[in-house]
Amino acid sequence: MITVRKLVKRFGLKTVLRGLDFSVEPGEFVALLGPNGAGKTTFLRILASLSRPTMGNVNIAGYALPGQAAAVRRRLGVVSHLPLLYGDLTAEENLRFYARLYNISHAQTRISEVLDLVGLVSRRRDLVRTFSRGMQQRLAIGRAVLHDPEVMLFDEPHTGLDQDACLMLDTVLREVAARGRTVVMTSHDLARVADLASRFDVLSRGVITASIKRSQVEPNNLLAFYRQALAEA
Amino acid sequence: MQPIPQTENQVMRKEPTLGLGQFIRSLTAIIWKDMAAELRSRELLSAMLVFALLVILIFNFSLELDAQARTTVTSGVLWATFAFAGTLGLNRSMAMEKDRGCLDGLLLAPVDRSAIYFGKAIGNLIFMLIVEAIVLPVYSVLYSVNLFKPGLLLVILLGSIGYVAVGTLLSTMAVQTRTRDVLLPILLFPLVIPVLIAAVKGSTGFLQGAASEDILPWINLLIVYDVIFVAAAFMVFDYIVEE
Repeated sequence: MITVRKLVKRFGLKTVLRGLDFSVEPGEFVALLGPNGAGKTTFLRILASLSRPTMGNVNIAGYALPGQAAAVRRRLGVVSHLPLLYGDLTAEENLRFYARLYNISHAQTRISEVLDLVGLVSRRRDLVRTFSRGMQQRLAIGRAVLHDPEVMLFDEPHTGLDQDACLMLDTVLREVAARGRTVVMTSHDLARVADLASRFDVLSRGVITASIKRSQVEPNNLLAFYRQALAEA
Repeated sequence: MQPIPQTENQVMRKEPTLGLGQFIRSLTAIIWKDMAAELRSRELLSAMLVFALLVILIFNFSLELDAQARTTVTSGVLWATFAFAGTLGLNRSMAMEKDRGCLDGLLLAPVDRSAIYFGKAIGNLIFMLIVEAIVLPVYSVLYSVNLFKPGLLLVILLGSIGYVAVGTLLSTMAVQTRTRDVLLPILLFPLVIPVLIAAVKGSTGFLQGAASEDILPWINLLIVYDVIFVAAAFMVFDYIVEE
């Protein structure tokens, strides 16, 4: 579903990604782990077609980036630590706006389904700026799955959420992944992703330094695996 | 859709084209979103309007003008007011997109990016025209000058289009920097000098009842400027918004 070969990204003289190779099979849930400044967000922004690679090949769902970006965007749902929602519009108006951009047929039915999925049906007519951070993040997931994308990218979606909001977000994430979508999620919280992902990749100094499937590692050994991967980088 | 094999484990597909219908749907969605959000918050219009009225009042009190002088300075005062208030609106309009990451939300949508530019530009133009429609009668009362002349209104429309065409493009660039509030006027004002000169000259011509052959070159300059900068923005917007 996602194939990345020898990806390089430079900002001026600074090289953030140094010949990164990465691939994800359809339906896989990959947690991308790494320290601050490792290049996780830059990598995700390239996958999301928000940033152009300096060199290398990126292919998502059979379409190459950046040349076929519009086709990739149609198949992609992105959630970051920012909600990407308009505070002065209601939850329903925000989703209706994105439904028009994604040319979704039967938008009203789909909006109701999505609000139900993220548990915000009762708040559909409230302005987003009155929502708590957790509710905004759930609505952000609703916005990202509105067009039923094949691939989901999550960039540290738990940032700034309290414990209850994190648990609720995890429930929604499981629901999203359970529908056979391919998911790539960056995170610092190993305990949290240990339960969610089916594979763990460590990104350090601009390359993937280690990769392991959940079946190959005990959840309480994930931290040791992560530290070893960083030490060997 | 027929896959086109590329390598052993990789297939390439043909990209579906984005039609005119989708372009118009996206454009109107962005305009609707800006109007609906502004109707609720009234942040942008009220800031522009209060600022514009204050500028007019300050000019009114600081310049003690006789009837002849009023006609001469009117277009200069008007366009200085529109330019300053317009900058305020352009900054605010794009900041709204940037603050909650909404610009990324727009860029992630499978729409032609020029639809995003034109949607934002038309929204900004509507806000600017609303402010101008309120400022003109206030100015007429304060300065006892009749501003409701079709020729003058045409100049205001053409000047506003040129100003917003460049302003929307530059505000998209400026909003990605930390010094966006300062950067936009620094980038914008040198580029809109031709628009401001042509608009002031054209406005003065209509206010003083000049011959049409004296006014026409300024109208033509405004039209040419509008066409060039709308076309340039259409071509470069995609590169400006991408890292």
